[in-house]
Amino acid sequence: MEYFLELFFGGLTRGSIYALIALGYTMVYGIIQLINFAHGEIYMIGAFVALIVAGVCTIYGLSGVSILILAGIIAVIYACAYGYTLEKVAYRPLRGAPRLSPLISAIGMSIFLQNYVLLAQTSDFLPFPRLIPDFLFMEPVAHIIGSPELVILITTFITMILLTLLIKKTKVGKAMRATQQDMNMARLVGVNVDRIISLTFVIGSALAAIGGVLVASYIGQVNFYIGFLAGVKAFTAAVLGGIGSIPGAVLGGLILGWAESFAAGYISSDYEDVFTFGLLVLILILRPAGLLGKSHKQKV
Amino acid sequence: MLKIQNIQTYYGNIQALKDVSIEIKEGEIVALIGANGAGKTTTLMSICGITPPRSGDILLDGDSLKGMGAEKIVQQGIIQVPEGRRIFPDLTVLENLEMGAFLRKNKKLIQQDLNYVMTLFPILEKRRSQLGGTLSGGEQQMLAISRALMARPRVLLLDEPSLGLAPLIIKQIFEIIRQINKESNTTIFLVEQNANQALKLADRGYVMENGRITLVDSADNLLANDEVKKAYLGI
Repeated sequence: MEYFLELFFGGLTRGSIYALIALGYTMVYGIIQLINFAHGEIYMIGAFVALIVAGVCTIYGLSGVSILILAGIIAVIYACAYGYTLEKVAYRPLRGAPRLSPLISAIGMSIFLQNYVLLAQTSDFLPFPRLIPDFLFMEPVAHIIGSPELVILITTFITMILLTLLIKKTKVGKAMRATQQDMNMARLVGVNVDRIISLTFVIGSALAAIGGVLVASYIGQVNFYIGFLAGVKAFTAAVLGGIGSIPGAVLGGLILGWAESFAAGYISSDYEDVFTFGLLVLILILRPAGLLGKSHKQKV
Repeated sequence: MLKIQNIQTYYGNIQALKDVSIEIKEGEIVALIGANGAGKTTTLMSICGITPPRSGDILLDGDSLKGMGAEKIVQQGIIQVPEGRRIFPDLTVLENLEMGAFLRKNKKLIQQDLNYVMTLFPILEKRRSQLGGTLSGGEQQMLAISRALMARPRVLLLDEPSLGLAPLIIKQIFEIIRQINKESNTTIFLVEQNANQALKLADRGYVMENGRITLVDSADNLLANDEVKKAYLGI
């Protein structure tokens, strides 16, 4: 039972990170029907910025959690700037072009950003400091769920609540939903659609950066290539849940996390990726639109 | 008030509007009639900046709208009820109405207008927390008109408001259009295939064929015109 719980919380932690990154994919797809393949790179850049900030902070003698918060904030700001620029440079000029063009542009940006970090930093794995201390109150349950997992779960949970409030309750959230449902009609009621699209990229990038920082401090190392696998997994989560659907991205992320965790724990960690992608194939056969995705119907 | 001067609009290489000029005076109801594919919807989309004309000009009170984005044109008070309603399907009725007032800031006036449209169409009050996509066609048309009214239009552009509706509902919708025009002196530009109904409501009419304006006259004269009768009224 304890082993099961350990796997359960391990999967939940992984899954919530996948969900966080998957939200960026799904929100962008929902609004401009583009798979932003460079999204994983934003995650990676977030982790790198946090590493640099953490390094500087350590010199100045700051400690643990305060570094994590500061590094997180700066990483989010950087990632937002990257996300905004990415959309402006690589996707906006291609609006109205055939759907394949921005997709290729996205792959190009992904390769570009990877190589940019490779050249600017290094190809080696860099150690990332353990910024989350072991809380004393967690000791009795530490064999089931550790302090880093707890911090990750709480952070992702709060982030998702804030995102939900933004989308459901605010005026700009309403404009985002309207734009997603009918872009030209949104323009006809006065929504500046370009600004909404930029905002979507900025929010997605912020979420990815938060994910990047949390994972880096959890795993303890970063590398220019980490965005690729994280991106593919999160993309899988988004498709699993139904791309374009926000609750779908969260559900997809969690299912993926659990599938991996249980497959690794009960079968063999060699098979965890086989399991996740097998699951994706299965879902695509049974429910091509994803678990919560819907094929669009319109009344005329 | 609204003056369209020799506009030419293209979709890629295909010219949809050829030298179209239309003038609409303040407080008027003007109808634009024509067959499928004549360019009626394109005319409205050109006015609203969704498909900006390649040449020619559109003036509102003498000021050019050239180069303005769609959202800037909305701010000028030119509001469209597009063909097929285009209700936001996954927003509630109330949210759809609030989106109509997207550019307005005064909460009190917005609330006042919400109350006004709900007295205009009481069914919307009953459906206020229902998703837009679940409404019937007629209810959606009422919602679409109400959403446009929430912007306090100076010029209201209506694209085929009778499309796909039962005759009784059409009558009701046209009655409301007349009422909007009378009560708040809103200028109305009405695009219709239902030429008979449209011309009965309108002060003046334009006839469009293959992207060109072929006839302009008072609505009464157009109703009596032999060519119009044969082509559009089926008499």
